[in-house]
Amino acid sequence: MAEFRVCPDSGFYFNKSAESLMKVNAVAGIVALLVAGLLALGVVLTRWQEVHWLPADTFYMVLTAHGINALIFWVIFFEMAVLHFASSTLLRCRIATPRWAWAGFSLMLIGAIMNNIAVFSGQSSVMMTSYVPMQAEPHFYLGLILFAVGALIQVFVFFGTLVIAQQEKTYEGSVPIVTFGAITAAIIAVFTIASGAIILIPTFLWSIGYVSHIDAEMYRVIWWGMGHSSQQINVAAHVSIWYLIAGVLFGARPMSEKVSRFAFLLYIFFLQLASAHHILVDPGISSEWKIFNTSYAMYLAVLASMIHGLTVPGSIEVAQRRKGLTKGLFEWLRKAPWGNPVFSAMFISLVTFGFIGGITGVVMGTEQINLIIHNTIYVPAHFHATVVTGTTLTFMAATYLLIPVLFRRALFLPKVAKIQPYVFGGGMTILILFMLGAGTMGVARRHWDMDFAGAAMAFHYPAIAYTLMAVGAIGGVLAIVGGGMFLAVSVGSLLFGKKLEPSAGILESFAGKPLQASAYDVDKPPILAMAPQLEEKHQHHGGGFEAPGTFMLALLLLVTFVVYYFINWKYLASVWPLG
Amino acid sequence: MTSFMPPADRHWWKVPVGRQELVWIAIALVWCIIMFLMMPLWHVYGKQNLSTEAYQTTPAKYGAKVEEMVNKYKVGVEAGIPVVKPPAGSDIYMLGRLWQWYPVLKLKKNQQYRLHLSSMDYQHGFSLQPININLQVVPGYDMVLKVTPDKSGVYSVVCNEYCGIGHHTMVGKIYVED
Repeated sequence: MAEFRVCPDSGFYFNKSAESLMKVNAVAGIVALLVAGLLALGVVLTRWQEVHWLPADTFYMVLTAHGINALIFWVIFFEMAVLHFASSTLLRCRIATPRWAWAGFSLMLIGAIMNNIAVFSGQSSVMMTSYVPMQAEPHFYLGLILFAVGALIQVFVFFGTLVIAQQEKTYEGSVPIVTFGAITAAIIAVFTIASGAIILIPTFLWSIGYVSHIDAEMYRVIWWGMGHSSQQINVAAHVSIWYLIAGVLFGARPMSEKVSRFAFLLYIFFLQLASAHHILVDPGISSEWKIFNTSYAMYLAVLASMIHGLTVPGSIEVAQRRKGLTKGLFEWLRKAPWGNPVFSAMFISLVTFGFIGGITGVVMGTEQINLIIHNTIYVPAHFHATVVTGTTLTFMAATYLLIPVLFRRALFLPKVAKIQPYVFGGGMTILILFMLGAGTMGVARRHWDMDFAGAAMAFHYPAIAYTLMAVGAIGGVLAIVGGGMFLAVSVGSLLFGKKLEPSAGILESFAGKPLQASAYDVDKPPILAMAPQLEEKHQHHGGGFEAPGTFMLALLLLVTFVVYYFINWKYLASVWPLG
Repeated sequence: MTSFMPPADRHWWKVPVGRQELVWIAIALVWCIIMFLMMPLWHVYGKQNLSTEAYQTTPAKYGAKVEEMVNKYKVGVEAGIPVVKPPAGSDIYMLGRLWQWYPVLKLKKNQQYRLHLSSMDYQHGFSLQPININLQVVPGYDMVLKVTPDKSGVYSVVCNEYCGIGHHTMVGKIYVED
């Protein structure tokens, strides 16, 4: 029975079962993003002190739900779609045990809904981190546990699919770099979910009275083994998608397979040490432990990101130069398809993730510098640069790619799609930069009122902090508009987008509803061949640099990094001596 | 031809790496090592390092120590909270609870104190403003820091770890006198 269809535009082979699973996971993720985005409006318009929209209890409930839906449900649902794509589609392989994958998806869905019910009932406003001994309702924790178990099942289906692909020899040589990156994400996911299970299961038992006490410090250390590592799944996944988009749009290949894979390997070895980033000003933790863990052994995972930061744009530059765009340092970049949202979203993501997310992350994760940053609004500013302009914008780029390829629909409102990455990325960048500034003024995160109304002792932030928060909020509103544009395009495309051939009537666009049987006319896709050899003359320019423009950008990143890093040491040196 | 196909060389790990990447990896690695060394170096040459001294405690035990200090060195009351002026060099205590920092401390400039911090209930965040020193306050742990206030003035302690509906009212004070 024919189980595969070939996408006439991209040449990807889709397995029927895998395709449905990709659709449902992606759609569930986008629904979570919709919820998170709506809630973001409540957060932004409350922290904008002149507006100060929501009352305190609603604000904390909204902030809890915003964090969990965005940082956990949206990204992990979408990552499940990425995993199935990187295994079944890229390797032209049937998916392992699709029923188990459906069971995993169902558990995730049930868990996500259960957790949201707990939060919106108002009795579980404990923030995403749910630090003990503040207690949420039992189904808050149970929802997260079910979601994690479901994700773990889908991750194992991914591993199973890799095994099938290898045994049935659906590809030649080694797996593509994109699949390699997805394997990295999946391995980190297993570690993440294990950490989550170790801490959330006892916490759930504590919430129903079976365990009497959870140590607050132990909770922090292990919870962040999940909380931070889950964001490292994002990093591995979105870097893989950068490579994918570079390949699809430019025919790019990694400058060196060895270097890019080695960089992913460094992620596996070192990224999960990041729990320490959250423990740097906690009681009783030794300095040696902090230094080793917070620096990922010796900044080896940072080294990995710096490598990808060179090789991803570098691979695009090499491919563009091969097409004749060789003038100066930057013709390849100037003449890139800036009007194509797949490219613009991906490239904005690359730049903001590196320049803002990466640099601020390393700075605030420095053992002593954390003192002047911990729990200020600098922290959410940092992770909006990594998870929102980094991961979310990349996943938006992937969605623009998948709408024609996976869902077989033309983009709805293409003009809106064209500017969406700029509106979203621009608004979010404003929010981030101004929140970073407010954080250095000491403005607290997770805080309802920067006027401290009702406090017995008055304290006032400097006036400039209010201005920074207000401008940041305007950026936030702009980003929410950009998010709305994304949802209008993506959901609109599924409902109203022009159908592409081979098409099968109304049903194909909905999640889980397969294309007409006649679309699946391939029994067994041809074996995925190795990439063709490059002609020798293109490989080296007499020992010169292959991608000089990218090298300049990388040096710019380095200079920014060094300057900003030492500015923060100087700032630290001005506060009270502590010992 | 592209990133989503298997590498062109079956033995891709034997393909030599281009010069550009090698140079960049070398530069990045050097920078990583510098950043790594900055942390131990700051322990030697810098003045802002957290001690790792901490004790397990309970709210009752810790609360008793705080009261002992308050009874001994109380010099006044502000907004219903005692103001204490402990001698320089001594152990000084502050506790976080829903929703206050207790007590108010009066310190001498350029004198070192052993500051103890703990929570009586949830986790709290000790955020000293406007100089922006931030510490996590965890119930069950008595964290000890040697602090040397080097500028006089009025400092506020804001709570920056979410601790419930009255979180924003949790503001304490530290005076530093010449």
